[in-house]
This record gives sequence, structure tokens and C-alpha cells, in this order.
Amino acid sequence: MRFDISADAIDPAERKAELEAERAGACVCFEGWVRNHNDGEAVTALEYESHAPTAVKEGQSILAEALQRFEIVTAQCVHRVGKLDIGDCAVWVGVSAEHRGAAFEACRYIIDETKQRVPIWKKEHYTSGVSGWVNCATPAEVSGTSAQTAGK
Amino acid sequence: MIDVTARYFAVFRERAGCGSEQVATDAATAGELFSQVAARHGFLDAQARCKVAVNGELVGWDAKLSDADEILFFPPVAGG
Repeated sequence: MRFDISADAIDPAERKAELEAERAGACVCFEGWVRNHNDGEAVTALEYESHAPTAVKEGQSILAEALQRFEIVTAQCVHRVGKLDIGDCAVWVGVSAEHRGAAFEACRYIIDETKQRVPIWKKEHYTSGVSGWVNCATPAEVSGTSAQTAGK
Repeated sequence: MIDVTARYFAVFRERAGCGSEQVATDAATAGELFSQVAARHGFLDAQARCKVAVNGELVGWDAKLSDADEILFFPPVAGG
């Protein structure tokens, strides 16, 4: 099991090979891609930042939890940092298991927990020229000029 | 008073204008120190949505601080 923070492009084929096991009858992989819009804004690029030592430690805990909760063989997760373009793979999760049910559930668990718990931050650059940190408060929100809550 | 290193990430780094600083503080807990630096630097995010690590370990806001600790302040995360 391995959780990585990577400054280099993710190679799904290489990662998937690490999941192989003769007793595995199912493999579920999830890729998170950079899309060209968020919350009604046109996005041109994304920047991910992390504190890698803490991120890897928390990520390894998530993988260990998945192994305990679901009947899986093994799991991997890698998350990008740095500047990414539209269409780039930002995060990859792969799970192998004897049966598909556990593989789907564990994959969902790992990506959901990673998004909520791992110290990774995302800055979006918009076509308007401005940029913003996803999920973080903005001065406009705090002063009450906008009732919107950032991010999902 | 204790002397600690405070480190800031993402939007906190931008608002503080630095990635880290030495802080002399009377804060007893990570949460108290957060309130102090958040007020000084104008951090906007509610403490409950942020995270803190002391000497490399994610901890709760009630974690006690000691002299020479390194405290990492993490704004709301947004992986994926």
C-alpha cells in the first residue's frame, strides 16, 4: 500500500501494475481530472500545494483504514502537486480485491477521505484573471457581501 | 512565554506574507496560538475548518505547546 504526493505526471498503468495479485478478481481505479469550470467560473489552470510529510502520513492512515474496513487485497493513491492544466490527472486511486463490491467501496472511501483530511490545497486560476483557494473563505464572504460558501 | 516556530500554508502563507516565523507567545494550546496569529495576519477561515500539526503530528486544537515547538497551520483542505 502506498500513498504518494507527486510533482510529476501520474502514470496510471504503472500504478495499476502494483495492484496485481493472483487472488484478486477485481480492480477499481478512480482518476480525478482538472475540469474547465467550478462554481460557475471558467477555470484555466490549477495549482496544488501540500505539506508532503503530513499528507503522506494521513494518506497512509486512510489506506490502512480501507484495508481494515473492506475485504480488499491492496490499495494505492497518488496526488499531484504543482501547476496542472485542464484535463490533467490530479489524483489517482486504485484498489484490488477478490470481489468487485469491496473494491468499489474502498475506492470511494479512499478518495472521499483524501479530499476531506489530507493537507492538500487547490488554487484555481480563472479566465477573469483572478484566482482563489478552493474551500477557503474570501474577504467578500466574511464581510457578508456574498452569501455563498466556497467550494464543495 | 515560549518561543515557537509557526508555519503557514496556501492561503495562510499568502495572507501572512511569509511561510514561517518565530513567535514569542503566552498561548498554552495550539488553538490559542491560532487565534493570536489569525487575528494578527487576518486569517479568515473558522478554526473548526482548519487543521494543526505540532512537530509533524496532526493534533487537536487543545494540544499543549512547549518551547521550541514547530506548529503547522493548515487552512481548509481541498484535495481531489
